[in-house]
Amino acid sequence: MNFLIRFTVSKLLHLMLLLAAVAVLTFLLVSVSPIDPIDAYVGAARRVTMTDEQRALIAQRWGLDQPLITRFIRWLGQLLQGNLGESMTYHQSVAAVIATRFQASLWLMALAWLFSGVFGSTLGILAGATAGSWCDRLIRLYAYTLSSAPVFWIALLLLVIFSVNWQITPICCATPPGVLLQDVTLWQRLHHLILPALTLSVIGIGSLALHTREKLVEILQSNYALFARAQGETTTGIVLHHGLRNVALPALTLQFVGLSELFGGSVLTEKVFGYPGLGDATVQAAIRSDVPLLVGIVFFSAIFVFAGNTLADLSYRLIDPRIRIGGIER
Amino acid sequence: MKLSMPAIANPRSRLQGFSLNNRRSRTLLLIALCLVVLGVLLLGTYLIGQAGLDIALSSRNQPPSFAHPFGTDWLGRDMFSRTLHGLSLSLWIGLLTASVSAVIALAIGTLSATLGGKVDAAITWLIDVALSLPHLVLIILVAFAAGGGVRGLLLAIIITHWMSLARLLRAEVLQLKSSDYVQLSSKLGRSPLWIARHHLLPHLLPQFLVGLILLFPHAILHEAGLTFLGLGLPPEIPAIGIILSESMRYLSAGYWWLAVLPGVVLLMAVQAFDILGQSVRALLDPKTSQG
Repeated sequence: MNFLIRFTVSKLLHLMLLLAAVAVLTFLLVSVSPIDPIDAYVGAARRVTMTDEQRALIAQRWGLDQPLITRFIRWLGQLLQGNLGESMTYHQSVAAVIATRFQASLWLMALAWLFSGVFGSTLGILAGATAGSWCDRLIRLYAYTLSSAPVFWIALLLLVIFSVNWQITPICCATPPGVLLQDVTLWQRLHHLILPALTLSVIGIGSLALHTREKLVEILQSNYALFARAQGETTTGIVLHHGLRNVALPALTLQFVGLSELFGGSVLTEKVFGYPGLGDATVQAAIRSDVPLLVGIVFFSAIFVFAGNTLADLSYRLIDPRIRIGGIER
Repeated sequence: MKLSMPAIANPRSRLQGFSLNNRRSRTLLLIALCLVVLGVLLLGTYLIGQAGLDIALSSRNQPPSFAHPFGTDWLGRDMFSRTLHGLSLSLWIGLLTASVSAVIALAIGTLSATLGGKVDAAITWLIDVALSLPHLVLIILVAFAAGGGVRGLLLAIIITHWMSLARLLRAEVLQLKSSDYVQLSSKLGRSPLWIARHHLLPHLLPQFLVGLILLFPHAILHEAGLTFLGLGLPPEIPAIGIILSESMRYLSAGYWWLAVLPGVVLLMAVQAFDILGQSVRALLDPKTSQG
C-alpha cells in the first residue's frame, strides 16, 4: 500500500512537470507562428473588408496587444482553471470537442490495440517456436514489411480490397449515412470500425511480433528450457509452460508504450476513413488554424502517452513476481 | 576468441576462405543492391525526363498495361512516371531533412555529454518532453507553428527527428569518456581535442552513419504522411503523399492502381533504406562484421 502511494505521488509530480514543460513549449511554438490569429479567426472572406479599428478591437479583446510574458501568464491562469478555450472550427468548448472526439477514437484505438496485441504476439510466438524454418522467415519478412509500410497506404489497400472490390465493409465514417453517432447500434459501429482498426493495428504488429520472437528464442535456448527438454518435454510444452508467461510481460509493456504510436497512427487512419475521431480533429485544427483546439489536443495526447508509459511501468511492478517481491523488501 | 577455438571442429572456419558464401560478402552484396535501387529511384527522373507527364485525355483511367505499367490517371498522365517523380522528390526531401536532423543530433548529443551539468540536464529534459508527445502530433504542431507549406514541412521533419539519435550518441560519449583508455590518454597529457579526434570520433562515426541511414525511412514516411494529411507540400508539387491523397478520391470508382502501385514503390524505397541501415550496422560492428 505504501508503495502504491509513493508511486502515485511521484507519477503525479512527473505529470505536472511534464505538462508545465509542454505548456511552455506549445506556447512558444504557437507564438512564433507566422499565422495571424485574427486573420485565422475571421476567415479569408472578411479579412479584406475588416477595418483597422475592428482588428485593433479584436486584438484588445483577446489581449494580443500585451507582451508575451503577460499573455503566457494569463493563458496559464485560464488553463489552471480548466478552461482550454473555444474551438473555432466546431463552435464548442475545446474540452467538449476532445471529449466527444476521444470517445469515438477510444473505440478505434482499443480495438486496434487488441488486434495488434493478439496478432503480434501470436505471430511472434509462432516464429520464435519455429526459429530458422520457412515459417519463421515468412513471419519475419511479413513483420519487417508491415513495420515499414506507410499506414495511410495500408488503409487505402484495405479500402480497395474490402470496400470497393468485395463491398463487405463501408467506405467511410463511423455511422451509416443519416444516422447520428449516439443512436448507432453496436453491430453497425463494429462494422464501420473493422477496417480502421485493422489498419491501425498494423503499426504495432510488426514490432511486437519481432520482439516476442526474440524473447521466445532466448527462452528456448535457456538452461531451464534445455532441462525441460531433457526431461522429455516437447517444444509445444516448453512454449506453453515456460515461454508464454515469460513473453507476456514484455509484450504487454511494449503494447502500453506503443500507445504513443497508436495515437499518431490514428491521425492518418481517421483521415483516410473519414472517421470522426480525435485524429481527424487534429488535422482540422491544424488546417483551419484552430489554435485552442490544437493546443488542447497536444495537452491531451501528452497525458494519454504518459498514462500509457505509467501503465507499462505499473504492469511490471504488479505482475512480475521478481520485481514485486523486490519492491516489498525495499 | 579465435585462438581458443579448435580449428578443425569448426566448419565455419573452412568456409571463410570462400568469398560469396560468407555473411560479410552477402552483406556487401545487399548494400550494393540497396544502393542501386535507391540510386535509380533518386536519379531516375533525370533519365526519363518529363516524358509521360503530359495530359492525354484520350487515354484516361487506363488500368496497368505494358505501355503504362502503373496505369494512367484521370488526366491520362502515366502513373509510373508520376510515381517516379513524386518519389524522387520525397526521397530527396527525406535525405535533406534526415541529414540536417542527424547533424543536429550529433552536435547536441556530444555537447550534452561533454559539457555535462546544467546543459546536460536541460537537454535531457528537452528530449524527454519532446518524446512524451506522439511523434505525429509533434510534427503537426511544429509544421503549424512554422506556417505550413514547404517551410513548415522541412522544419517539422528536421526539428522532430534528432531526439533518439542524440540520446544514443550522448550515452555513447558518456560511456567513452569514462572508459579506461580515454582516462589514461588524458592523464598522459593529451588535449581534449586530440582525444576527441583519436578516441571518440572512430567510435561515434559508425554509430552516426547507421543512425543517419536509419533516420531516412522515418523522415520519408513522415514527409509522405504529413503531405498526405494536407499539411505538408502544396498540391501543385506532385510528391508521393499528394499522389496518394489524390488517388483517394478515385478509389470508389474502382481505379485501384492509382493508390496501390505508387504505395508499393514507396514501401520498397523505405525497405531498401532499412535494409541498408541494418547491413551497414552489421558490417561496421566488430562483433558481427566477420563470419
